[in-house]
Amino acid sequence: MTDAPPRRPEPAQRTEALESLLVERGLIDPAVMDKFIKTYEQDVGPLNGAQVVAKAWTDPEYRERLLAEGTSAIKELGFGGPQGEHIVVLEQTDDVHHVVVCTLCSCYPWPVLGLPPSWYKDPAYRARVVREPRTVLREMGLDVPADKKIEVWDSSSEVRYLVLPQRPAGTEGWDAEALTPLVTRDAMVGVAVVAAP
Amino acid sequence: MDPLADMGGSPGWGPAKVPTPDEPPFGEPWEGRSFAMTVLTMGRISGRNLDAFRYALERLDPVSYLADGYYGRWLNAAELMLQDSSILAPGAVDARARRLAGEDVDEPAFPEPQKPDYAPTGPGSLREIEGPPAFAVGDAVRTTSTPRPQGPSKLPGYVRGRRGTITAVRPGHLLPDTHAVFRGENPQYVYTVGFPSTELWGDDAEPFTLHVDLFESYLAKISEKEADR
Repeated sequence: MTDAPPRRPEPAQRTEALESLLVERGLIDPAVMDKFIKTYEQDVGPLNGAQVVAKAWTDPEYRERLLAEGTSAIKELGFGGPQGEHIVVLEQTDDVHHVVVCTLCSCYPWPVLGLPPSWYKDPAYRARVVREPRTVLREMGLDVPADKKIEVWDSSSEVRYLVLPQRPAGTEGWDAEALTPLVTRDAMVGVAVVAAP
Repeated sequence: MDPLADMGGSPGWGPAKVPTPDEPPFGEPWEGRSFAMTVLTMGRISGRNLDAFRYALERLDPVSYLADGYYGRWLNAAELMLQDSSILAPGAVDARARRLAGEDVDEPAFPEPQKPDYAPTGPGSLREIEGPPAFAVGDAVRTTSTPRPQGPSKLPGYVRGRRGTITAVRPGHLLPDTHAVFRGENPQYVYTVGFPSTELWGDDAEPFTLHVDLFESYLAKISEKEADR
């Protein structure tokens, strides 16, 4: 019997060590890293997708363009970049409920939703939503009506999926700016619906 | 055997996490730094690419994949890519971490870098393909049932050898099977293929349709007779 391998230093310490090695070799500039981190903490997040959704709810021609050619319609609002080379928009209807996953890693449409939340990266979600989606959605707090069809999308290529949720009742006459804050990240992946205000 | 990263349908993970509103992108500061270093490592620093990064994730042992969460996994894959390109010696990160913690340990010397000899023919992962796609929307297809190849593959294990229907034709993509290991870009059309849940999980499955994006070489056309069987 061999001894168990010594425990590795904690990830925070290993991260610091890797940065120190790369800086020593002149391969990385901490200021570039800071800028990169800030971009994904402050600028690229689900608020982008919420603006896309709110515009689609209030502008029927935009909605058509968005469903036909997601990437270019999203670009109209200024959103694009890594993990958004080809974005397809899936529309929730009275008859169909869409939900998105990446079983092989955790691919996610960064330009419109930012970086993925922990539940999306969790093995339980990745493993089970392609096998028992109705049960998984119920565990996450969403009861999909029994007469609604469920369509699950496993993003295993560079195609990225954004869900266009249904506009909630009680928002008749609201403009896009008023609707944007109602739209949640979870609804744009398909594990929640947008609640009425 | 399928790598741990190929998780679709695998048992034993417990209940799904309930989403919390306003979760920040990085739970702790090191996660952001690990994220930034990984993204820079998969391009500029190691000369490797996005597919090579995903292949590095697939090659992690279960502890390295799971123990430190998502960005711990990224950190470990970045380290592996840097070792693959001989930017860092094995053990260099741990030795530096111990030194920073005040331990008196020897550090391995920096090796002579050996980056892959690869220049992309264009930005990103999509490419124009000259010929027409082999399949059209509505075609009945079967996914290849040959055992998983030794190298990288983007055919999830749970759809291998199954019958489905083409639901969309997508743009040409670099083929990860060769691109990840620097054996050529070999762009192929990608197709969204729809499978009834019963084809994947048997007659007792919850009713739903599963769509997954698959490369042309993973698919073969089948007759209507075979599709209906």
